[in-house]
Amino acid sequence: MSYLLSHPGDLLALLGQHLGMTGLALAIAIFLAVPLALLVARLPWLNIPILGSLGVLYTIPSLALMIFLVPIFGLNATSVIVAMVLYAQVILVRHLSVGLAGLDPDVMAAARAMGMNLWQRWWWVQVPLVLPVFLAGVRLATIVAIAIATIGAKFNAGGLGKLLFDGLQTNRYDKIVAGAIAVAALALAMNGLLLWLEQLCPGPGRRKSAPGPPEPLG
Amino acid sequence: MGDLQFEEVSLRFPSESRPAVHHVTGQIHSGEVVVILGPSGCGKTTLLKMVNRLYEPTSGQIFLDGVNIQKLKVTRLRQQIGYVIQQAGLFPHMTVAANIAVVPRLLGWPKPQIQARIDEMLDLVRLSPGEFRHRYPAQLSGGQQQRVGIARALAGNPTMLLMDEPFGAIDGITRTALQDEILRLQRQLKKTILFVSHDVEEALRLADRILVMRQGEVVQFDSPLTLLTQPADEFVYTLLGADDMVRQLGVLPVSAAMTAIPPEDHNGARPTLSPQDNLREALSLILRTGAPALTISQAGQPVGLLTLERIRKLAVGKGGTPP
Repeated sequence: MSYLLSHPGDLLALLGQHLGMTGLALAIAIFLAVPLALLVARLPWLNIPILGSLGVLYTIPSLALMIFLVPIFGLNATSVIVAMVLYAQVILVRHLSVGLAGLDPDVMAAARAMGMNLWQRWWWVQVPLVLPVFLAGVRLATIVAIAIATIGAKFNAGGLGKLLFDGLQTNRYDKIVAGAIAVAALALAMNGLLLWLEQLCPGPGRRKSAPGPPEPLG
Repeated sequence: MGDLQFEEVSLRFPSESRPAVHHVTGQIHSGEVVVILGPSGCGKTTLLKMVNRLYEPTSGQIFLDGVNIQKLKVTRLRQQIGYVIQQAGLFPHMTVAANIAVVPRLLGWPKPQIQARIDEMLDLVRLSPGEFRHRYPAQLSGGQQQRVGIARALAGNPTMLLMDEPFGAIDGITRTALQDEILRLQRQLKKTILFVSHDVEEALRLADRILVMRQGEVVQFDSPLTLLTQPADEFVYTLLGADDMVRQLGVLPVSAAMTAIPPEDHNGARPTLSPQDNLREALSLILRTGAPALTISQAGQPVGLLTLERIRKLAVGKGGTPP
């Protein structure tokens, strides 16, 4: 803890690298996951090949995956970010396609029957209904990405993991503890922030409004 | 406005061996309530969904006010046809007000007009705007959801309403209340209503005419009374329970059996009904009160007399016979 307080500059720089990697990876992952999930929702036969291969990818340990990526992208942040995108992809596509598949067909039929076009059905109905599930996926993917970014320090990507690995190499326990606390605090903070965003989604139950008394007739 | 015409409409789904709807021809007049009645799988919902083009017929045409609906832009067509389904199909993430506002928003109404329309619609279906405007569908009972569903379908001032077994999942008491509501709204609004049901009692209560379907074909399309007294075949006879006298009395108005009040009559203490009530209610009232006759009065003025003997005579005359 004292290390964190005595080196605020170092800490902020590492935190910045960590957040930068995570943010970039998530942005790319979301950009890829949305069309992929829509494709899966539209063409159900793609469900098994796409989600299946992503699932296989997910079983590869992150360290091994990054080692595999180094010859392609070099010993730098790019390999780490690619690994983060791949892991986040599994989580995001799965959440989004499950959310889309779980939409009430009656509600979607009503949207069509009321004369909404494709665009209106997407923005007025599908997006708001799927958003809570999708944000839950983003939250999970963020935590995973923060964890992978920590290991990324080993691959010259910087970030808070650098504190951990430097500490291990130089037997500086204060650095190890500082790194661990910083990563944990970051993960908790992002989790809290995204949870709060999920709760902002409209709908009953998520807002604090009690249902009124039941009406006996009609 | 709201004239609907089916011309040789057929639909065969690619995976099915026989057509879901087969050569349906028929005309539904403006302001009429037509119930499409038949057992499940007879094609009644399929026929309904072709009107707002959720399904497209494989052959035949449908005309709305003389215009082939294929010639209209599909979203425009749907915006002028109200649609009510079982479980209401309300948007769970929108408040009651936002649900009702959907079609007016699609039609591009100005905001103040939409807001006023929401309150007007809630008043129409007897939900207090102050209490219900900001609730979510999950905070409503089944009956209330269905009222909002009706309000939402009417909000864009459609010429026509399609209702697909709207009260199928609702308990008996609430269902009757909602059926009364439809009849009340219909007297007020005079929409063309196409209503799918498999419930004979519901069809007899609501319909001006009933379109009976079996295996994709129209078996008979007539008024409830004609269906009961002159069923086209054994199927219609059995489906409608035409041998049930009490059921028949339910579609006959009191005015069909009442007699003039004799001049020397001064008995004002008799139970009263109005000429628009049906004979089933009259029979029930006579049996319940033990009164020898009923006074039929309109707007507080006695206009006729109804005895048990008159009801019995009418029933004998109308006896539905199997074809």
